[in-house]
Amino acid sequence: MPRLSQWLIRAALLYLLAGFTVGALLLGHKGVPFHPALWSWLPAHIEFLLIGWIMQLTMGVAYWILPRFWDKPRDAHLVYAQTAFVLLNVGIWLVVIGGLWREGRSLLWLGRAMELGAAVAFARYAWGRVVGREGS
Amino acid sequence: MPSLTRWYLKSGLLYLTAALLLGLILVLPFRDRLPLFVHYLSPAYFHLFLVGWVTQMIFGVIYWMFPIISRARPRGNETVGWASYLLLNSGLLLRVLVEPLHGSQPNSSLGWLLALSALLQWLAAVLFVILAWPRVKERYRGE
Repeated sequence: MPRLSQWLIRAALLYLLAGFTVGALLLGHKGVPFHPALWSWLPAHIEFLLIGWIMQLTMGVAYWILPRFWDKPRDAHLVYAQTAFVLLNVGIWLVVIGGLWREGRSLLWLGRAMELGAAVAFARYAWGRVVGREGS
Repeated sequence: MPSLTRWYLKSGLLYLTAALLLGLILVLPFRDRLPLFVHYLSPAYFHLFLVGWVTQMIFGVIYWMFPIISRARPRGNETVGWASYLLLNSGLLLRVLVEPLHGSQPNSSLGWLLALSALLQWLAAVLFVILAWPRVKERYRGE
C-alpha cells in the first residue's frame, strides 16, 4: 500500500472514531439527556462520517488499487492526489468549526469550497488511472 | 474470504434490504394510519443504511483485503474482530428496536437502552480501528 494511501486510510480511521464518538454522545443524549448543546454537533457527526470516513477511505483505496502506468513517470500527477488530501482534511475542520460557531458562516463556505477542490483534484489525478488492461 | 468477512458482508446485505424496506414504509401513502412508533423510524433508516450496510461492508473488505501483518498472524487478533462485529450488530439492532419505542413513549425507562446501544457501537468502532490500524502499511514481504 503506497504511502499516500496509508495517510488517507489512517485519517479515515481517525474520522471513523471521531464520528462514532460524537454519534454515541448524541444517541446517548437522546436516551438520557445530559446537555442540550450536544445537538449542535449533529452536522459534525455527519461531516466526520460521510466526508472524513467514507469519502477519504474510498480515495485511499482508489489510490492504492487503480491500475498504474508502466511507463515512467509512473505517478505523473501525484501532486493532485496530495493536494486533495490536504484540501479535504482542512476543509472538513473548517466545515465543522464553521457549523459550530455562530459567526462561522464564511468558514463553512470556505470549508465546503476546499472539499470541492479536493474532489476535483482527486478526480484529475485518478482520471488517468481508470484504464483497461491495454492502458487506454 | 475469511469467515468474519462473510459475516460482515452477509449482514450488510440483510441491512441493505431492511433499510430499503424501511425507506419504502416511511413513504407509504397511508403512513399516518400506521402505529405511532413508525413515525420515529427515520434515524433507523439512515443508520441501517450507513452503519449496517456501508460501514459493515467496508469493515468486511478491510479485514479481508488489507495487507497482512505476518504469515503467523495474518489479520491480527481475530477475537477483537469478532467482538467488534458482535458489538456493532447488537448495538445497531438495539437502536433500531428501542429508538422508535422511546420516541413514542419518551418518559419510559427505555432511554438507558439507547445509551447502551450508543456505547456498544462506539466500542465496536474502537475495536475495529485497533484491529485495522497495523494493517495500513506496505505489503508484507516476509521479513
